[in-house]
Amino acid sequence: MSSALDRRSPDPPPLSTAPGRNHRHGPQPVLRRLLPIHGARRGRWLGWLYVLPALLVYAVFVLLPMARTVQYSFYDWNGVGPATAVGFDNYERVFTDPELISTIVHAFQLIVFFTVIPILVGLVVSSLVREVATGRFGTVARTTLFLPQIVPLVAAAIAWSWMYSSQGLVNQTLSVMGLDSLTRPWLADFTWALPAVGLIGSWVMTGLCTVLFLSGMAKIDKSLYEAAKVDGAGRISEFFAVTLPGLRQEIGVCVTITMIAALASFDVIYASTQGGPGRATQVPGVEIYRLAFTENQIGLGSALAIVLTVLVLACVLPIQRLVSEKNA
Amino acid sequence: MSSNGRRMTGIAVLVAVMVFTLLPLVSLLSAALQPQGSVPTGLAWPNDPQWGNFVDAWNAANMLTLLKSSTLIVIGVVPAALILSALAGYGLGQLRVPGATLILLLLLVGLTSPLEAKIIPLYYQLRDMGLLNTRWAIILPLIGLFMPFGVIWMRAHFLTIPRELTDAAKVDGATTWRAFRHIHIPLAMPALASLALLLFLWTWNQFLLAIVLVDDPSKRTMAGALGSFQGQYGTDVVLLSAGALVIMAPTVMVFLLLQRHFVRALLQGAIKG
Repeated sequence: MSSALDRRSPDPPPLSTAPGRNHRHGPQPVLRRLLPIHGARRGRWLGWLYVLPALLVYAVFVLLPMARTVQYSFYDWNGVGPATAVGFDNYERVFTDPELISTIVHAFQLIVFFTVIPILVGLVVSSLVREVATGRFGTVARTTLFLPQIVPLVAAAIAWSWMYSSQGLVNQTLSVMGLDSLTRPWLADFTWALPAVGLIGSWVMTGLCTVLFLSGMAKIDKSLYEAAKVDGAGRISEFFAVTLPGLRQEIGVCVTITMIAALASFDVIYASTQGGPGRATQVPGVEIYRLAFTENQIGLGSALAIVLTVLVLACVLPIQRLVSEKNA
Repeated sequence: MSSNGRRMTGIAVLVAVMVFTLLPLVSLLSAALQPQGSVPTGLAWPNDPQWGNFVDAWNAANMLTLLKSSTLIVIGVVPAALILSALAGYGLGQLRVPGATLILLLLLVGLTSPLEAKIIPLYYQLRDMGLLNTRWAIILPLIGLFMPFGVIWMRAHFLTIPRELTDAAKVDGATTWRAFRHIHIPLAMPALASLALLLFLWTWNQFLLAIVLVDDPSKRTMAGALGSFQGQYGTDVVLLSAGALVIMAPTVMVFLLLQRHFVRALLQGAIKG
């Protein structure tokens, strides 16, 4: 496919004179048909008319709010009264207040559960089931694994809060195994609450990663597997020689999606623990909501939002580059 | 023999993962069927399943109103987002407008930055527009928030369509717009359908926007309404479980219905790659 794209004739060279000026009058189909060469160039600039509506909505409801978050973060404002400019004070607090730092630490701990576990499990499962996940059984399996993506995260949190409760399935199972000493209300336990909510993320993300990897493996040239077999490669060397390199792009996609979900998690935490017990599971997302909409500390909430955004971009953009380099 | 063993391992692993995926939902179902007011245990099929609990949950959650509200929001968001995405994707992927790389970079920032980066000013912006506590407060920001994904998705589709097609249409006297309407849109239908499915899901399940911008649960999305249902009935495990299942039922049903389409879209993607 990509070779077919390469063979296509190159784009017309860009205009050297400020071309935007010439095209204020909108589409003029008759003229364009009469002047085919001009038409091709003019068409490229007219293309902006197609892009503009989307850009406009995007600017008003995404770019403008983002710019305002930056602006708010330099003010002390309760949302009602006058705002006072405070320079970098809010950022200083984000980086010195142990309670706020702990939310960021929790967000990074969640990456283990939202990203690392789903991708490792997804890789193992998808390479084990590659040959059997076909036909009707394969369809049923894919549908089932996709279910956690379909139900709202709030519903997932409600289901898992029930699983983790004193009467829930987790404790029930432990009791049956004779491990009564380990039973506890998991989400109310200071040590276990964070791993417990993290595992909700693993539950949501593992199916997605597995299905993505399976569809990625379907694209890998079958002859590579045949060749590996001929060379006497076992499952493990086959995995590292054929499967893993072939899935580079899918892995990149999974890392991106799950890392954003981990760092910016809100729904699951809000609906399962609200950050508790104490602040044991407090994450930036819920903290921003709390600061801005219940504590009326708009500036501090905004500063935390900006720090969170920078962290997310710093983690995710390098992966985008790695993935797109492969395409180039 | 080893190939047979491999098959058995594969099937066993797959079944195990499927069971793990379904377990929380089955546990929720078993709780939802217990007599109301009882204290259920994790997973125990009741002797006398109380299917009537779903009717009570349906009424308690005001499901008809919720369905109507979520549907209105979807109708407000999805068609508009599809049209804007298709137009922009066409401009970027097929007409290759100058400056496309810059636009893509701008969209990428929006795609990867979290909603938390926008939610605080969105509240004040929509308050100033007088739209707080209306469905527009969810609809308008969602269209904007879907633009990065929608546009990049449609651009990827239009990149795969040979530009000779547009050129040929022009030779036949069609304008760029006519080529778009009559040639490219029909060809883009599968890509648009998959995008529509995803946007529908993400709208229906949108939570943060709903709880920040709309106080009245009957004007929220389904997920936002579930949040307030949880607040109201959080201590009644039976009714909460039934309510959660009732509220997630519509999306699960739509997903199961469109599953074939979804798989077909995936397969097409596989062939293209």
